[in-house]
Amino acid sequence: MDAGLFWEWVIKSLIIVLMLTAGFAYATLYERRVIARIQVRIGPNRAGPFGLLQPVADGIKLIFKEELTPAGADKVLFFLAPIITVLPSLVITAVVPWGDTVVIGGRVIRLYLTDINVGILYILAVASISVYGIVLAGWASNNKYALLGGLRSTAQMISYELALGLSFVGPILLAGSLSLMDIINAQKHLWFVVLQPAAFLLYFLASLAEVNRAPFDMPEAEQELTAGYHAEYSGMKFALFFMAEYIKMIAVAMIGASLFLGGFMGPFVDRFPWLGPVYLFLKVAVWLFVMIWLRATLPRIRYDRLMQLGWKVMFPLGLLNAVVTAFVVVLVGG
Amino acid sequence: MSALQWVFIIASLITVGAAVMMVASHRMMHAALWLAVALLGVAVIFVTLEASFFAVVQLLVYIGAILILIVFAIMLTQRSTEAGSRLNSLAWGAAGVAGVIWTALTYVFIRWVVSGTPMQELGASFDDVVLLGKALVDAEGFAVPFEVASVLLLAALIGAVYIAFERKGEGS
Repeated sequence: MDAGLFWEWVIKSLIIVLMLTAGFAYATLYERRVIARIQVRIGPNRAGPFGLLQPVADGIKLIFKEELTPAGADKVLFFLAPIITVLPSLVITAVVPWGDTVVIGGRVIRLYLTDINVGILYILAVASISVYGIVLAGWASNNKYALLGGLRSTAQMISYELALGLSFVGPILLAGSLSLMDIINAQKHLWFVVLQPAAFLLYFLASLAEVNRAPFDMPEAEQELTAGYHAEYSGMKFALFFMAEYIKMIAVAMIGASLFLGGFMGPFVDRFPWLGPVYLFLKVAVWLFVMIWLRATLPRIRYDRLMQLGWKVMFPLGLLNAVVTAFVVVLVGG
Repeated sequence: MSALQWVFIIASLITVGAAVMMVASHRMMHAALWLAVALLGVAVIFVTLEASFFAVVQLLVYIGAILILIVFAIMLTQRSTEAGSRLNSLAWGAAGVAGVIWTALTYVFIRWVVSGTPMQELGASFDDVVLLGKALVDAEGFAVPFEVASVLLLAALIGAVYIAFERKGEGS
């Protein structure tokens, strides 16, 4: 391994982390502005032009807030839980490509961190770890609301992981590979959302549940659980939970765009490879808009209905979709 | 030593250390989390052996599914926040037995002829996922054990449903 390759990896990882954190800051502003528009308000527009400095102001405010640790809390776990929540959301997009290859200063740079042959399984594995942060936060707080929120989120995330995994099967079968790069290349002419509408719908709903977004934001239902698992958190520890939620939204949008909407593929991307990240960014922005739109529109779904939807509708639908896709792929001779 | 060997040594030390901490820790929840660290260490060792599929499955199945159920069960127990007694009285005896077994196994492995064979370098085009996938559905490969395992899991599933099922007319 030459030193150049090592530094290339370091720089790419830094870019991913910085882009995700910047994305988090502006996703919060994006959400507040869009929801304000939907509710016929204006939204934050005082800090900087169009309110563009609002995330900075929020960050400074949260840094200066007092950090509280409840007396009966498990101190170590209470401290670790926000970190365990943030880490998976930062590493999950390591396998998502933002483009093909570009040449900078005579060196061919691939516009992705890594293209492992089990990319999709990696995503599922990291997603399954992200449950821990929420569970531990709920348990370590030594607060019954937080504990209930943690329990709810565990049950919800385990249930919807099944549907999430099954929704991956469609694109995997059509592309014949577990690598995200192969899946995107297979969508050069036709996006998989056209061939796999059921899987797309499953992925969209299951991913909403995985990142605890409305209408599946049961773990933090304000009316019943005050704030769920992060009820006892304040200051920067709370900011980390907030950060994890928004970074997960971006990650889910990136993965979904790569699996079903052609990823970085778009017109002229063969000739100008720099267009790849631009297309991916646009697709992610549209995906986030839909998520925010849903939050502004739909009421929270009741807990038993949530479980029924997960196990009795989405799980069988996912199984059926996998079987039908497999049959069609064999019949067509894919 | 190569960087890979250093990674292996560090990962195995962390794995063994976490396993010891799991047995010795005061609280059940901490024990479960030390188990998570140990399983993570095993996943890292899989990566150093270029078995990325097994590393990912290790994460997905053990940490993502089985251990989450353990944590879930601990959260539902009444005294999960209290510190239990540190070690039970038989701990040192058990440690002695484990040490004897470990020494015997290490002796057997060192004497074993296979341990002298150098590891083969796998080419970049070697795709273990395809081979594994084919082996699992091939009658010459592991089709029968694979199906038997799925029947076993199905039986466990039906048993769980039977236990949890609310029978009418028997009261609660």
